[in-house]
Amino acid sequence: MLKVEQLGIRFGGVVALDGVSFSVAEGEIYALIGPNGAGKTTLFNCVSGLYVPTGGSVFLDGADISSLKPFERARRGMTRTFQNLQIFEHMTVVENVMAGARIHEKGGILAHMLGLRSVKAQNAATRRQALAHLDQVGIADLADQMAGAQSYGVVKRLEIARALATQPRVLMLDEPVAGCNAIETAEVDAVIRDVARMGVTVVLVEHDMHMVMGLADRVHVLNQGRTLAVGTPEEIRRNAAVIEAYLGATEAADA
Amino acid sequence: MRNKLASPYAPPVIIAASIVLISCLPLTNFQVRMATLLFIFSTVVLGKNLLMGYAGQISLGHGAFFGLGAYTVAIGAARYGLSPWLLTAMSLPAAGVIAWIIGRPILKLRGYHLAMATLAFGSIFAMVLTNAVHITGGPDGMALDMAAVRLFGMTPRWSWYWICGGVLVLAMYLLASLLDSPTGREMRAIHDSEIAAGVLGIDVAQAKLRAFVISAVFTTLAGCCFVMFDRYITPQSAGILRSIEFVTMTVVGGLGSAIGSIIGAAIFVVLPQFLTVFHEYEQAILGLILVIIMVLLPKGIAPSLAGWLRSRRASSC
Repeated sequence: MLKVEQLGIRFGGVVALDGVSFSVAEGEIYALIGPNGAGKTTLFNCVSGLYVPTGGSVFLDGADISSLKPFERARRGMTRTFQNLQIFEHMTVVENVMAGARIHEKGGILAHMLGLRSVKAQNAATRRQALAHLDQVGIADLADQMAGAQSYGVVKRLEIARALATQPRVLMLDEPVAGCNAIETAEVDAVIRDVARMGVTVVLVEHDMHMVMGLADRVHVLNQGRTLAVGTPEEIRRNAAVIEAYLGATEAADA
Repeated sequence: MRNKLASPYAPPVIIAASIVLISCLPLTNFQVRMATLLFIFSTVVLGKNLLMGYAGQISLGHGAFFGLGAYTVAIGAARYGLSPWLLTAMSLPAAGVIAWIIGRPILKLRGYHLAMATLAFGSIFAMVLTNAVHITGGPDGMALDMAAVRLFGMTPRWSWYWICGGVLVLAMYLLASLLDSPTGREMRAIHDSEIAAGVLGIDVAQAKLRAFVISAVFTTLAGCCFVMFDRYITPQSAGILRSIEFVTMTVVGGLGSAIGSIIGAAIFVVLPQFLTVFHEYEQAILGLILVIIMVLLPKGIAPSLAGWLRSRRASSC
């Protein structure tokens, strides 16, 4: 479904990503892990089109999307959430999700300005759908409150609901549970499993190792912009290079 | 009742009712004139609010679109003998096309840079109006020779009250519908996060351009109404100061508030009439009042008062 080939990017003289490749199957949950500064978010930004990589290609469903802008990638079924939250704070919670459904809504700007009956009917349908997505992540009761006034845990889940509203085939989640409490984390974990079961390809960056190891089908370890290892959670746990570069470092820090 | 007030169509209904109620008051001719001017400038501020308050893009050049409408009508009527109504109808799509052509390159800019680019556009337009004396009458401006309008046998004064009031209510309706539609949500989304809007499939450049074009068309329509009502247009009415007044009206009334747009316009149209007692200090007092408003009500008059009412209601519960 998603294939990344030899992706690389330099910022000035610093090589942030160097020849990273991976491919993810339909409905698979693929986790990117690595120490701080390993290039996880940079990789996300390259794959979603926010950064233009210095080299390499991105394929979605076999088609090369390397030259497409983020909004064009989204229209082909790829969307993402952000580590530093990017919600529409002057809109209500449900309107945020409705904005996510924009690419599936019809009608020209004149019909929208005239407030035609068909536009109102579509609004109602989009709202129903949006409420279902909010319910899925467990925040439907906050639908009509302003998004800017919500707590961190709510906003994190709101971003996921909004991304789901685009009906993605590839969903990229950048630290979906960072800052969430245990209950919220469990809820997000369940949502991700549901989404993947419906056939959506999930790529996530996450620091919560407990969650990653339980959730991911495969784990991709990055270190200093390069691939260190790829494998099932079991294999990664046993990989000597990973333990040394990453898990080892945490154990050393713990000790 | 609360649900009704939360409807997106509450502002146009409230303003339509107010226009009818005000017409029942025993107004002097001067007061009717003030009300009509208020309706005209409120239409401009509504358009500016779509661009600034909802879509989050600045323009310091909207005086040019006001002038575009007014001068199209004045020049077309004087030189070619065309009907001002026909000219109004022609100027709206023309303004849309011009806004689209200008907006495409400059809306790639953001913040200060966008402000400078729109300011430059406004300056150039005002300079052309001032210097193309043989077409525009130069700094002296142009008179519009137009038959007196008598709507349903009313006096011209009241006819224009209802025409401009109707235009304002129509503009409010269109804005309310737009904001509660997919296109409107696109515009509000780019205000808060262009990146997030992008990854949701929203074409950010297109959404900005659409907001710019619609606000330009609203402003042009107001300019057409202004010249037909006032029978006279000068470059000052379309200059840089006018552009900055439009921005100030929008910010003082409240960004992202339809009712605030009308309050903002009222501050500039109605308040100076009460300040004439201060003679030469009039402008200084107006400036002082604006400063005090922005210090005490930093979000603008309408949103700040609404927030205050909400917190009072919440604390009394």
